[in-house]
Amino acid sequence: MATSSRLDAKIPQGPLETKWSKFRSSVPLVNPANKRNLEIIVIGTGLAGASAAATLAELGYKVKAFCFQDSPRRAHSIAAQGGINAAKNYQNDGDSIHRLFYDTVKGGDYRAREANVHRLAEVSGSIIDQCVAQGVPFAREYGGLLSNRSFGGVQVQRTFYAAGQTGQQLLLGAYSGLQRQVGMGTVQMYNRHEMLDVVVIDGKCRGIIARNLITGELERHAGHAVLLCSGGYGNVFYLSTNALGSNVTAAWKAHKRGAFFGNPCFTQIHPTCIPVSGEHQSKLTLMSESLRNDGRIWVPKAKNDNRPGNEIPEEERDYYLERRYPAFGNLVPRDIASRAAKERCDAGYGVGTSKLAVYLDFAAAVQRYGRAEANKNNIHNASDVDITLWGKAVVKEKYGNLFDMYKQITGEDPYEVPMRIYPAVHYTMGGLWVDYNLMTTVPGLYSLGEANFSDHGANRLGASALMQGLADGYFVIPYTIGAYLASEIRTGKISTDHEAFVRTEKEVKDRIDRLLSIQGKTSPETFHRRLGKIMWDKCGMARNEKGLKEAIAEIRQLREEFWKDVKVMGTAGYFNPELDKANRIADFMELGELMCIDALDRNESCGGHFREEYQTEEGEALRDDENYMYVSAWENLGNNKWELHKEELVYENIKIAQRSYK
Amino acid sequence: MEGNMNLSLKVWRQSNKDTAGGFENYNLDSVSPDMSFLEMFDVLNEKLVVEGKEPIAFDHDCREGICGSCAMYINGRPHGPLKGVTTCQLHMRSFNDGDTIVVEPWRAKAFPVLKDLVVDRDAFDRIMSSGGFISVNTGNAQDANSLPVPKEAADDAFSAAACIACGACVAACKNASAMLFVSAKISQLALLPQGQAERSIRAEKMVAQMDAEGFGACTNTGACSAECPKEISMSNIARMNREYIGAKFSSTAV
Ligand SMILES: Cc1cc2nc3c(=O)[nH]c(=O)nc-3n(C[C@H](O)[C@H](O)[C@H](O)COP(=O)(O)OP(=O)(O)OC[C@H]3O[C@@H](n4cnc5c(N)ncnc54)[C@H](O)[C@@H]3O)c2cc1C
Ligand code: FES
Repeated sequence: MATSSRLDAKIPQGPLETKWSKFRSSVPLVNPANKRNLEIIVIGTGLAGASAAATLAELGYKVKAFCFQDSPRRAHSIAAQGGINAAKNYQNDGDSIHRLFYDTVKGGDYRAREANVHRLAEVSGSIIDQCVAQGVPFAREYGGLLSNRSFGGVQVQRTFYAAGQTGQQLLLGAYSGLQRQVGMGTVQMYNRHEMLDVVVIDGKCRGIIARNLITGELERHAGHAVLLCSGGYGNVFYLSTNALGSNVTAAWKAHKRGAFFGNPCFTQIHPTCIPVSGEHQSKLTLMSESLRNDGRIWVPKAKNDNRPGNEIPEEERDYYLERRYPAFGNLVPRDIASRAAKERCDAGYGVGTSKLAVYLDFAAAVQRYGRAEANKNNIHNASDVDITLWGKAVVKEKYGNLFDMYKQITGEDPYEVPMRIYPAVHYTMGGLWVDYNLMTTVPGLYSLGEANFSDHGANRLGASALMQGLADGYFVIPYTIGAYLASEIRTGKISTDHEAFVRTEKEVKDRIDRLLSIQGKTSPETFHRRLGKIMWDKCGMARNEKGLKEAIAEIRQLREEFWKDVKVMGTAGYFNPELDKANRIADFMELGELMCIDALDRNESCGGHFREEYQTEEGEALRDDENYMYVSAWENLGNNKWELHKEELVYENIKIAQRSYK
Repeated sequence: MEGNMNLSLKVWRQSNKDTAGGFENYNLDSVSPDMSFLEMFDVLNEKLVVEGKEPIAFDHDCREGICGSCAMYINGRPHGPLKGVTTCQLHMRSFNDGDTIVVEPWRAKAFPVLKDLVVDRDAFDRIMSSGGFISVNTGNAQDANSLPVPKEAADDAFSAAACIACGACVAACKNASAMLFVSAKISQLALLPQGQAERSIRAEKMVAQMDAEGFGACTNTGACSAECPKEISMSNIARMNREYIGAKFSSTAV
């Protein structure tokens, strides 16, 4: 297979270890006087967008940043819980840039680009330095140095964290840097604004159309480059761990204007989430992967065992991850842990009323920590009651906010009974196709963070999304954007009166008017729920040819119904969250079809993409490297038609193997 | 639907900043105790759409108690009856069948109502822009472990940094003071060695901006901390006062 002539990943020549440093010292620079005349539009203020906007402004560019929330600090990154990876090797346990690189490529089931992943590992250490300097209060040991823990798919401790609120603390750090620039006037912040299209002039991205969500007005903004840092599209499944506003619209509009979409079917289903409890549910809540450092996952050995978890004796429990994967145990990667949970539940061993749940149990950890505390304090005849009490206190310090959240949602106390958990949609590895410079197939249009496809292959390792978002924003784009902007210094100010701006704005307006004019009988929410069910049932944790074909037909049908029967209340002239929602759902309904088409094209199982037809005898994913070692990059041909372009993946530094965590 | 609670809701409706608002009454049947408060609003909104009425606007996003978007004043208390819980994490099991629930937006001069239950909290961002940061450009940092921070200081800084900027403190305060919010950020950075260089100027600038935004004075009633969903401590306000007085004593910057 050869890479399509339409795709140029622009990977620098030379040995892997020196590609990035050589690139950095040879990429064209833009002098400070010219930077002041170059405008950059940043869509999104999550980790990727906030870090990029602040850093580019520090460098002297004129920046405009957009988010749809009422403050940049509320971007979805705020909800990340468990931690952020970096190859610091502070624990002296054998970590290195190479090992982080290797773990990430292997974790992604050999479907990520070597050069990008290596660069990510190289800059990971600087991220931690930067965050600490900003005042991010990471967890520390008594000696005052930074603390680490482990995440799945890894045998070293390289995850930095701030209790179960790592995303919050990192985002507040990036946000403080952003607000500093806003205060200095170098970044203009547009909150409660939604980008609804990109404007392309003579093949280059030259700006955006945004809707002021308060006044309803459409606005034109011009820029020499546009950065989409708009997050992932997990909400296509309706129920996911994402914030409710997370959506694909920004990326989708770019796609429809020429940006290829990479690996759309690669979705991450996270193994440890609070199970669905009823019809009314609007979202699913993650219980961080960090819990698998101490929690043990099990189901009863007997089918349909209805006793409460804490009454089932030790010898009647099946710790199925420890049994199947002794080398990594409870810390196998997410795709594997999720499938194993589904397998047990499908086989009839699930727990709870719905039987779609397994236990995550902290009783052993409480005892272990309690005894350690007793030893630390030189108490050698501590009572069981005291040991349990101390152990619970340690568990509380590590995971307190997660335990509180669990209790608040389920009404059960996880300090007393094991948590019930089940897999849920969490993250999208797929996204806009970008080259080494993070530029999409539209010149001047970039994509950073979860919105791009770049670093995680077919499965992302825990604590690597925060790393990628900040790597892209702080340390990659500030360099790579120079390669393009150095040739833009003569462009001058871009006029928003250009015919392309006028036309694009009109197209946006027409679509809004159309949505409002249908006045059918069904709420946008209902359509979203129905789409989500199709996606989850047929393009979720397990997929097969028949189901995918059915899903494509059902989505087409649903889309048709939507444009005939949706009922959007209110007007376009003022604050109207129903309209915003309908607009986003309309895009999800197109994306859903492409995800199924991509899943159907990929006749193999890899990472989070599990095609039931392709599995080993033990039920593990069966890759087909010969035929599918490529990134699928889909070109939108209009009218919901797509053409596939392939980027061949070449591994020169890693020996490809069947991924094993046994 | 799955539940058996019947509720009467009195909800504040207001079309925009410039018009007067008022309460409207809604009845909602078959509410499940397992629903969150916002899911109950989702159900009500779907019902309104079906009836051809405009749904109620409210801010929300993460629904996990961390983004700080949600902001409902429920039965006279910001975020409702439970301690340490945001509106989105409040569940209907905290209410009883037959209850009447009154829901209003935050009320404060510095937080104008934009629509229904949605208020404008941009003042918080402006306070942050005035000084809520450490001035360190990307790339300036030294190795993270070259600056040990005592665990206790790091833990205290983290507790202050847990603020989600929802504005409940302002809504709870009879003076609509923003002292708890501002003091949490000043404390976080004052507790860490990295924050020392700008310690004085930060306190001065942030307090000046807070005053300029029209937030009220603090009379130490403590309602802010009592109603804070993240239980940010009043001790931050004491620390901020010390910082501010110290700064004013030694500087003429603002
Ligand atoms: C519950 C949860 C826990 C997680 N925990 C971890 C963890 O512990 N470690 C880890 O590494 N990863 C974790 N992740 C994944 C990680 O949080 C995300 O992948 C990452 O934060 C995404 O960052 P981002 O900057 O790419 O996008 P986001 O943070 O999603 O930001 C998107 C931004 O784009 C804006 N936006 C989007 N569309 C538009 C538009 N049309 N117009 C204007 N603005 C727009 C939004 O307003 C927002 O500002 C977690 C994810 C979830 C759901
Ligand atoms: S919706 Fe995010 S805190 Fe409530």
